[in-house]
Amino acid sequence: MNLTGEQRALAAVPRWLWALLAVALAAQLGWRAAGRVTAPAASDLPPAPSAAALRLASLGENAALARTAMLWLQAFDSRGDNALPYQRLDYGRLIAWLGAILATDPRSGYPLFAAARVYAENEDAHKARLMFDFVEAQFLVDPNGRWAALAQVALLAKHRLHDLPLALRYASEIQRLATDPTIPSWARQMEIFILEDMNELEAAKIMLGGLLATGRIRDPEERRFLEGRLKEIEERLSRSGGRKR
Amino acid sequence: MQGQTLTVARYVLVEARRSALPWLALSCMLAALGLAGFLSQVAITEASALQASVCAALLRACAVFLVAAHVAASVVRESNDKGLELALALPMPRTAWYLGKLLGFAGAGALIAALFALPLLAWARPGDVAAWWLALAAETAVVAATALFFASALGQAVAAIAGALGLYLLARSISAIQMIAGSPLTGESAAADAARWVVEAIALLLPRLDAVARGEWLLYGAPAVPELALSLGGLAIYFVLLAAAGLFDFSRRNL
Repeated sequence: MNLTGEQRALAAVPRWLWALLAVALAAQLGWRAAGRVTAPAASDLPPAPSAAALRLASLGENAALARTAMLWLQAFDSRGDNALPYQRLDYGRLIAWLGAILATDPRSGYPLFAAARVYAENEDAHKARLMFDFVEAQFLVDPNGRWAALAQVALLAKHRLHDLPLALRYASEIQRLATDPTIPSWARQMEIFILEDMNELEAAKIMLGGLLATGRIRDPEERRFLEGRLKEIEERLSRSGGRKR
Repeated sequence: MQGQTLTVARYVLVEARRSALPWLALSCMLAALGLAGFLSQVAITEASALQASVCAALLRACAVFLVAAHVAASVVRESNDKGLELALALPMPRTAWYLGKLLGFAGAGALIAALFALPLLAWARPGDVAAWWLALAAETAVVAATALFFASALGQAVAAIAGALGLYLLARSISAIQMIAGSPLTGESAAADAARWVVEAIALLLPRLDAVARGEWLLYGAPAVPELALSLGGLAIYFVLLAAAGLFDFSRRNL
């Protein structure tokens, strides 16, 4: 290509060369259109590399690599004709990938967001539980930074799997380990409501009373709501005679 | 000599402005923005962080490649056109010519870094972007010094670009290589010890390019001023080393 503008007229190009260019372009377009790239299948997911290998490949750009690796990973088993995406994925490999990506940039929220909001919603309870375990293990590494994923997983355990003891365990871990004052109250109060759902009213009453007594609830509306809830529990307890945890 | 050095540097900048370099830099910026925009559309969370980090990483790579290719092509062309002999026939020391070239190329790199830093202001705090720009300008200066050294010593554009980019990639990855070599999984055999020693020895000869101009500065904040100054100080030492090595080779050469 000549950037100086000193070029001959288009008429100077022989006709056969025009034709060759057009045919070659058409062939290229046809070739690519015939072999369109689709999302990779679940079985195409390769074994995860180590975090050290990912860091080596990132050439120091860990944040960029971790996020682009997540985009790449979420493409597996996500074809448009897939009624239930991510069902066929090998969750052992998937968790290894998520772990390696998270280790590459531990401050990124992407891997745990995808784990809790996408992969943990698998219809297969066994696979969902594998993802729950992964989220819980990663939460224990940084409770204040990763509580949101465990809170989501607690909700899934409660509403999808109807496994209230498991949901209670996750909620209890958030209550005990996530100490950052910016964490919203609903996450810290989750344990109380799960106890209530489990009909563990005495324990729920003690926890709720304790929470109100600490003075951590400063918002008047929230305080009024929780006091109303406490009153409701006390009424249910007096009606049923209570049930100790 | 100072005046001659600055004159040569000014003409290097004029040459860069009149070449395709500004258009290529602009094209790289638009392409990086386009790709980052596309990726953010398929992200399910952290879209802004994805855009900032991917854009910064791509623009950094583009800046380095453009500077290395421009320096190598410019120096080799001048040598082939006998412009170098003409310049040195003037009452000008070789040091002035070499340092002028180096200063000019480093200036061009700093301008490209400034252009590439501008779009990042959309996603990151100005202070963090300023630190990133400063670090990228220092990094491109080191790349310019490397490319000038190889182009001057080898006299071939392809070889000079390959040498400069090879050294750059090694410098970017040497920390990760050191970490892998130091892993307890590599064993305690004599061969493993020798490999570790070789890696450590190579690392001593390379700048810490993986520690500067990182995209994560734009997401999580740039390092504190003392830490940043330390990183830039390391690059400054390497820049002087490359300049000295290039001048050493250039002073000995029969033209």
